[in-house]
Amino acid sequence: MTRPILVLGGRVVDPSRGTDEVTDLLLAGGKVEALGRDLGRPDEAVLVEAAGKVVAPGLIDLHVHLREPGQEDVETVASGAMAAAAGGFSAVCAMPNTDPVTDNQAAIGFIVSQAQRAGKARVYPIGAISLGQNGQQLAEFGELVGAGAVAVSDDGRPVVSSHLMRTALEYARTFGIPVADHCEDPTLAAGGAMHEGLVSTRLGLKGIPAAAEEIMVARDILLAEHTGGHVHLCHISTRGSVELIRRAKEKGLRVTAEACPHHFTLTHEACEGYNTNAKMNPPLREPEDREAIRQGLRDGTIDCICTDHAPHHYDAKEREFDDAPNGIIGLETALGLAITELVQPGLLSLNDLVNRMSVMPARIFNLTGGTLAPGAAGDVVVIDPEAAWVVRPEEFYSKSRNTPFAGRELRGRAEVTIVRGQVVFEHARRGSVAPAG
Amino acid sequence: MPTRTSLLDERALTRTLARMATEIVERAHGTEGLVLVGIQRRGVELADRLKRLIDQAEGSQVAFGKLDITLYRDDLQTVGPRPVVGETRLPNLDGKNVVIVDDVLYTGRTIRAALDECADFGRPRRILLCVLIDRGGRELPIQADIVGITASTSPGDRVDVLVTELDGRDAVELVRGT
Amino acid sequence: MTASLGKDLVGLEPLSAEQIQLILDTAEPFKEVSERPIKKVPALRGKTIVNLFFEASTRTRISFEFAEKRLSADTVNVAAAGSSVSKGETLVDTARNLEAMRIDMVVIRHGASGAAQFLGQRIRSNVINAGDGKHEHPTQGLLDMLTLRDRFKRLRGLKVAICGDILHSRVARSNIWGLTKLGAEVGVCGPASLLPRNVHQLGVTILPRIEDAIQWADALNILRLQLERMQSGFLPSLREYNRVFGVTSERLSKAPKDLLILHPGPMNRGVEIDSDVADGPHSVILPQVTNGVAIRMAVLYLLAGGSPDWAGQGGGVDG
Repeated sequence: MTRPILVLGGRVVDPSRGTDEVTDLLLAGGKVEALGRDLGRPDEAVLVEAAGKVVAPGLIDLHVHLREPGQEDVETVASGAMAAAAGGFSAVCAMPNTDPVTDNQAAIGFIVSQAQRAGKARVYPIGAISLGQNGQQLAEFGELVGAGAVAVSDDGRPVVSSHLMRTALEYARTFGIPVADHCEDPTLAAGGAMHEGLVSTRLGLKGIPAAAEEIMVARDILLAEHTGGHVHLCHISTRGSVELIRRAKEKGLRVTAEACPHHFTLTHEACEGYNTNAKMNPPLREPEDREAIRQGLRDGTIDCICTDHAPHHYDAKEREFDDAPNGIIGLETALGLAITELVQPGLLSLNDLVNRMSVMPARIFNLTGGTLAPGAAGDVVVIDPEAAWVVRPEEFYSKSRNTPFAGRELRGRAEVTIVRGQVVFEHARRGSVAPAG
Repeated sequence: MPTRTSLLDERALTRTLARMATEIVERAHGTEGLVLVGIQRRGVELADRLKRLIDQAEGSQVAFGKLDITLYRDDLQTVGPRPVVGETRLPNLDGKNVVIVDDVLYTGRTIRAALDECADFGRPRRILLCVLIDRGGRELPIQADIVGITASTSPGDRVDVLVTELDGRDAVELVRGT
Repeated sequence: MTASLGKDLVGLEPLSAEQIQLILDTAEPFKEVSERPIKKVPALRGKTIVNLFFEASTRTRISFEFAEKRLSADTVNVAAAGSSVSKGETLVDTARNLEAMRIDMVVIRHGASGAAQFLGQRIRSNVINAGDGKHEHPTQGLLDMLTLRDRFKRLRGLKVAICGDILHSRVARSNIWGLTKLGAEVGVCGPASLLPRNVHQLGVTILPRIEDAIQWADALNILRLQLERMQSGFLPSLREYNRVFGVTSERLSKAPKDLLILHPGPMNRGVEIDSDVADGPHSVILPQVTNGVAIRMAVLYLLAGGSPDWAGQGGGVDG
């Protein structure tokens, strides 16, 4: 039997219940037992000192790529789950663009069992929308959900066919799951290596115009309206997209959206010098887009922050910009970036931050967690919002190092991550835990 | 403190050049087939003056050329910064009596480079070397045929040849102890 | 006054006006070397240069090779089949292999923008960009500038219209950087589908029609139109391109003055330029080729050392 955990004297921030007070938190039996000042001290309880820290429901990332099966050299479910825990995440949702594609119940079951073996952050599989993510035939959503899938997506690729997107939204309603779309018009984006703008013109790289994303965002919103289905718009990167989503929400449509730390932190100028660690899709955009993402997160147009954690081997990024793969890792920098870029400048309160990184993600995908209500899952993060640290990729738990944030000084990090009432990460004991994998 | 002493003043320089012009014609047995080639940069000015003196005395039109030896320098592989390359413009040298004109003869390396470069422009009948100052200190077996003056110098010294065209006045000065 | 080119020449964007001026000025004496009976000087004797061409290019490769040979360098030509990762050895492996062979300089042409910079950051040898993707082709830009300077005796205030596919052109980018840095005015003219979106932010004037360019400019630099642009939907047809954007003698006859005509080659006669213009009295297309060798000699010479020694202009130290 696991020992109870008593988290002492922290500022408990739980927007799901409107809680923001200094108090203690008791976890027992893998669940939240109670909050309050006079919880006593069960003899066998593990004590977590949280004075001066923030205690929140564990962070949840709706969008990661864990590369298993297929590319276990760059990440596995286990290493990804450990990196997640180190980043303060108690749960992550793994996109299905593995090799083979997670488009059947056996593949979903494999992710679930790998995650259980790892025993770190929870890993929820996302099933494919179409078989092989080839955009033709719908995957068996019923079987996928039965095996543990929490949503469907063809992420990595857009759903090109409007007909397929329509039927997916309709069919997904049966199972109450959202359809997550990577919004990109492939004919406009074809061959593009970065955002189309002054920097792409100077570097002589083919650009991806903002309209490539916005066209698909508009289409998906129209289809959500038409079908009544729930569309979740992945990694929103442009001002135009934020505007479209804002209008959709005003109309009360079932549209949710996420944005990544790199899109609220960096601009296309990070690609200068052909820096392949700034190559991603959707690409880093212009300062106005970054500002729109920040405002979208502030006013709730964008519901949540996700990482789009995309590990790649060193060699894959060590080549010509055109040939380098898209994506960066993000699990171990997301919280620090969000606090440094959004909370410190006063754009988001800590309450807002926990809302965007825990409460809302849980609601969007209907996941366990995202609350500290008694009886809820014992998924908790203790955050030191003031801790100053420097991003050192060589110290990451992730197997990959592809980040444009190396050397950047950040404020705020996860001190302790608790999943199912068990401590899975403690900053103070970093280094005593061997990186997974 | 460096000391500066005059080796030739304006009038002395004029006399010296006049003597050198005469000597060139003597050594070349007339102006037939004579080509004066000045080495960039002050050699070019001196060759130009010598040509005018010869043309005046002989009623001739002596052929004239300029040579930049930078690309033939033997220290180009080791010298850090790239020296500026000057203009080279030579008439046909085949079968001619070529007189290479330079301001100061010292190590002999410039002349070695000039000889190599001339060979790439043709096969002169003979080549004479004419210098205003021979300051000694040779590092190669090279000697001048026509010399304005000789001066004994040490390696730390500097000989400044000043010409009106470039420097505003005519003079040759020895700068010691730099 | 000193200026150094640094280790590599990857483009004209990172260079100062002074550095560009230095290359142009250094090219002047090198023009004469190619006129000599023996077209060879020993300046780069003992230097080993690899011409690493991942894209076919007869003209640029030959021009570089002549420049290298006229400077007495030892040269090796490597024609690599393709740039794509699927073709086997990566660029970084190629770089390491070259390094291991102790070469002094690499001239690289590659289909990927940034390839020259990538290589330059990974090897100690000097790297010269002979065209990388759609990024820059600095020696072409420089030889265009030298040709303009020869004719007009100045670049400041000169109006140069670059005509054609600006979007995909490394020649256009190098011309824009080089000319604007030396005070020339640059216009770009072409179908809007072939103009980069933010090109006006590079400090150029947009000339929507070829007639506008002809009215505005002192010189036209006419780019080669790649036939692939039809297939990828940027243009309807070559015929229509010629009809709307082709530089013809009829159009030129309406110019307020005689325009100098440049073209980096190879030309599509009857598409972007008509033969009577290409072969006409104001065409400097062949002088461009001649200047190409001089510019490349100047670049090779300057990169093989550090900054130039202006002290040679002081007093007669040597002997």
